[in-house]
Amino acid sequence: MEATIALVAQLSADDEKAANAAIGAGFAYGLAAIGPGIGIGYVAGKAIEAMARQPEAAGMVRTTMFLGIAFTEALALIGFVVFILLGL
Amino acid sequence: MLGLEFPEINEVIRWVDLFPTFNKIALIACAATIIGSVLFIIAGRADPLTAPRGVRNFVEIVVEFIEGIIMETMGKDGLKWTPHMLSFFIFIYLCNLPGIIPVIYMPATARMAIPLFLAVVVWVIYNAVGIKEQKLGYLTHMLWPPGVPVFMKPLVGLIEFVSNILLRPFALAIRLFANMLAGHMLLVTFAILTEELVGSGNVFGIGLSILPFFMLMFITAFEVLVGFLQAYIFTILACVFIGSSMATHDEHAEAH
Repeated sequence: MEATIALVAQLSADDEKAANAAIGAGFAYGLAAIGPGIGIGYVAGKAIEAMARQPEAAGMVRTTMFLGIAFTEALALIGFVVFILLGL
Repeated sequence: MLGLEFPEINEVIRWVDLFPTFNKIALIACAATIIGSVLFIIAGRADPLTAPRGVRNFVEIVVEFIEGIIMETMGKDGLKWTPHMLSFFIFIYLCNLPGIIPVIYMPATARMAIPLFLAVVVWVIYNAVGIKEQKLGYLTHMLWPPGVPVFMKPLVGLIEFVSNILLRPFALAIRLFANMLAGHMLLVTFAILTEELVGSGNVFGIGLSILPFFMLMFITAFEVLVGFLQAYIFTILACVFIGSSMATHDEHAEAH
């Protein structure tokens, strides 16, 4: 019992801040991945639909798909950067 | 339970300085520049009248690939940008590649400096091209796309300004940087996991270590793809940005 009290007393404000930052970092990346995950799935799925319907336009569709994925992905990557900044 | 010690972020992405102000990241960047230049100089010296062989074959494929990207995004007017986009692509690809080469294992683009500088170069180019080709019309055209009602102009102008001037280069740099850093961190994570399990001295642990090892190999193969894809995406976005500055007002009005 005394040991626990001593341990709790040792936890300074800095430790608490670091723990909160680690929790925040986990949430930041997890939440940032949801939207872009749905978005990229939608982009890729629609691109496959388009390619299957019109195989001769596959090259053009693929370029546009990569563009769409790049823009969608940026949000997840910003979340990842926040995760790195907060958590490590 | 395994007590995994994940190394500090500085240990993962920072290499020892060879001498002050010149670390191994800079070495990789210099090597990428030199290798790329030498490849293209050798290929350029080959006789253009005979059938291409060796290096020239490879280089012609790359040039045609870049020309294909430019034709799709900028049209025929953009072909004069081929050398520039080619150097972007080759430099970024050769900077990404060391991320999976054993012994080196560090993508130079996983440090913010190189992507940020490349993005600033693209930013300067597309603004300069826009001002040169469309004079002052570039600014108004950029802030207010044709057909915006007058009462919406302040709001649309603000959004377009932030997205075109501030966010574009930032997102361009972050995209390349974060993708390469994420891949690097994944490799580090699974390498550490494998090493800890093998070194645990526990039969169960050693048997289990095959799982992160296969994941490590899979991610290494995946990084080959990602390194290429990020160079491709950076090039194609640079083309799109420059192409959007080149489009004149009149063409746009006709399209509507």
